[in-house]
Amino acid sequence: MEKTINLTLKVWRQKDAKAKGGFETYKVNNISTDSSFLEMLDVLNEQLISEGQEPVAFDHDCREGICGMCSLYINGHPHGPDDDITTCQLHMRKFKDGETVTIEPWRSAAFPVIKDLIVNRHAFDEIMAAGGYVSVSTGGVPDANAIPIPKPIADEAMDAASCIGCGACVAACKNGSAMLFVSAKVSQLALLPQGKAEASRRAKAMVAKMDELGFGACTNTGACEIECPKGISIANIARLNREFLSAKLKD
Amino acid sequence: MKLDSKIPQGAVAQKWTNYKNNQKLVNPANKRKLDVIVVGTGLAGGAAAASLGELGFNVKNFCIQDSPRRAHSIAAQGGVNAAKNYPNDGDSVYRLFYDTIKGGDYRAREANVHRLAEVSNSIIDQCVAQGVPFAREYGGLLDNRSFGGAQVSRTFYAKGQTGQQLLLGAYSALMRQVNAGSVTMYTRTEMIDLVVIDGKARGIIVRDLVSGKIERHFGHAVVIATGGYGNAFFLSTNAMASNGSVAMQVYKKGAAMANPCFAQIHPTCIPVHGEFQSKLTLMSESLRNDGRIWVPKKKEDVEAIRAGKKKPTDLSEDERDYYLERRYPAFGNLVPRDVASRAAKERCDAGFGVGATGLAVYLDFKTAIERLGKDAIEARYGNLFQMYEKIVDDNPYETPMMIYPAIHYTMGGVWVDYELQTTIPGLFAAGEANFSDHGANRLGASALMQGLADGYFVLPYTIQNYLADEIHTPRMSTDLPEFEEAEKGVQARIDRLMSIQGKKSVDTLHKELGHIMWEYVGMARNEAGLKKAIKLIAELKKEFYSNLFIPGDKETMNIELEKAIRLEDFLITGDLMARDALNREESCGGHFREEYQTEEGEALRQDDKFMYAACWEYMGEDKEPKLNKEPLVYEETEVKTRNYK
Repeated sequence: MEKTINLTLKVWRQKDAKAKGGFETYKVNNISTDSSFLEMLDVLNEQLISEGQEPVAFDHDCREGICGMCSLYINGHPHGPDDDITTCQLHMRKFKDGETVTIEPWRSAAFPVIKDLIVNRHAFDEIMAAGGYVSVSTGGVPDANAIPIPKPIADEAMDAASCIGCGACVAACKNGSAMLFVSAKVSQLALLPQGKAEASRRAKAMVAKMDELGFGACTNTGACEIECPKGISIANIARLNREFLSAKLKD
Repeated sequence: MKLDSKIPQGAVAQKWTNYKNNQKLVNPANKRKLDVIVVGTGLAGGAAAASLGELGFNVKNFCIQDSPRRAHSIAAQGGVNAAKNYPNDGDSVYRLFYDTIKGGDYRAREANVHRLAEVSNSIIDQCVAQGVPFAREYGGLLDNRSFGGAQVSRTFYAKGQTGQQLLLGAYSALMRQVNAGSVTMYTRTEMIDLVVIDGKARGIIVRDLVSGKIERHFGHAVVIATGGYGNAFFLSTNAMASNGSVAMQVYKKGAAMANPCFAQIHPTCIPVHGEFQSKLTLMSESLRNDGRIWVPKKKEDVEAIRAGKKKPTDLSEDERDYYLERRYPAFGNLVPRDVASRAAKERCDAGFGVGATGLAVYLDFKTAIERLGKDAIEARYGNLFQMYEKIVDDNPYETPMMIYPAIHYTMGGVWVDYELQTTIPGLFAAGEANFSDHGANRLGASALMQGLADGYFVLPYTIQNYLADEIHTPRMSTDLPEFEEAEKGVQARIDRLMSIQGKKSVDTLHKELGHIMWEYVGMARNEAGLKKAIKLIAELKKEFYSNLFIPGDKETMNIELEKAIRLEDFLITGDLMARDALNREESCGGHFREEYQTEEGEALRQDDKFMYAACWEYMGEDKEPKLNKEPLVYEETEVKTRNYK
């Protein structure tokens, strides 16, 4: 059943990467509880535009929880208070009438703010470029059914591959570590026979790039797993550590 | 305008082989001297950029998102087709080709479609080699499922996230080339114009979406893989930033826009529920493998459900009208998308729709859960069920989903020949951005197939046939007058938009366009409505140029400006769609003209008059576009009335 609520929003505003940011307070009224969190922000932005002000800049695209573009640190949680979803899938029925909602960008040294709530996550692409692939070019590959893969292994690889690269794990981590992101890709490819051949090299290269880009160290707090919208398990971090150690021992 | 489709000689099954045997190639030393611009990083663009980089070309790849991994291909759920025939159920390259031609209602080019079916198997091999975790059987081999418009199981899938996994495969391959230095990535960068020098595509003008700066890039060839234009409807299953602007830019520079009225309305989307709504969410077609679509048989049950006095689960089997199974016993719930969408509209128009608005039908999993168990259904569709529950706040394991058709995909697009080259030499179009393979209706799980086919296996060949003649062309300076002039045009366009300073936001105007499109250019069209749409769009255009308001500054990140540029182009696209729909006096595939239907309400083609691709040529601002025709010839398939009964 549709009902409406009124909210006070404390939103991080920052003109550009160099400017000093700060919170601004806005009121939004008659928000349908059936609307999504981003649709609520659309309403705020329409309100700001009608007053001649600049709307709040935030990243979003698919609005169905798969592209990884949306971010937002809402009331102290990446992707807000609901479990296993991205901000775009968060609905206003999770909020109470009269509530004050605080909205911030991802906070991490490796993800600098570009404007308002938008951060630069280019570091994830750089980590991927360092080794997040199977070194195979187009063409000249064997038949897809040439190598059987046991279903449990394929399923485990699929779970790891579900990572959407949104960066919530980094935002959730007090050290700003990217271990969950890196380990998900390392695990997916190390589990599959196609990726095994260069598993050690991949783990070393991706970890080295992560360290170089200013991400923090992992201290196993597990905060990343709790906040991950796709339920990526920290068991992947254990697997990454094994791959990494065995690679180092071989050196 | 000359439309030379360049279809190779020989029988349809031999054409691609003949082409490859006779085409020109570029030797490795020369490849390094050639720059190729690829715009877009979805399945077509990402796969093309990675593959061209691997071959040794110097590739510049552009995307509007913060990372190439976020292109909207990522949201494709159900699967990717291939003619592997692993299940031994009678599939073949010919059958995939035939199903695609028939599914497209005989409005696609045979030669292109056959090539698509031929390379489909290589796509699966390639993706598995990249580490794409497709679903597998307990024996370790790949699993398949069924999709609409086919009587075989040829769809490979990775849970309900197939597009994501295929795109991440292409993205991995792309990042490997970035690391190798053969591809340079430009993220948060939007193409605003094409640069043509001596009749050939030689570069692009882009806007850096972070700094707002306008930049110039040279390429010996330009590939656009920028997706479809479904967001002309404002509400669609496309991502918020998906747009058809690049297609309009090249259209204005001389590329033909083909069959723009062929837009796909997907039958299974979560229904519209409010004015604040920003997009529509798709529920994968794969759900129709196990879900049964129905509405109540009796009006009193419809009213009781709408009033909340009855629940759908209260209705017994004989009180339910499984209308797809009733009307189409041979294909049942797996009829093609256009047929399923129109059948839903027919029931709702007749007053049998459910939900608060009466614009919804049920998609019910009760039978499948009883047959297979909840766990099996969860394993197949768990993420889709979760997505539905988060949006609607209903548990689809216990109560049927409510669904309604929504704009999903555009079959029309930039006209290309067999080589995927547009009418501008050196300009290629791939994936959803081109028009070539799906005719008037696309079958499910064929968009991923086409995007990857174009990117991995077609363009890397055909573009060489063009580039082989460019090895003596040195890299050009971006100080040339053609670049200068194009940049000036872009600056003038932006200044014009910024200076309007009216009262209405971009979204307000875009929603108005969306209403016009859905009302008059949507699922059912007629002559009076289309004429009205053209008039209303012209009025909206005037409103746009006199009453648009963009806050902020152009030389900084300005999201309202980005959206305004895209909307300006959607206004042209919307007009073109209406004109094309008005011209096409027949019903075929996703294009349904009310004047042309059988007594049973099925689409009625006019093959004697409209067996052609309608290719629109830009004649100048506020001038009527000119229609050119590419006749379609069917040598390998017998042209029949589609029948799924």
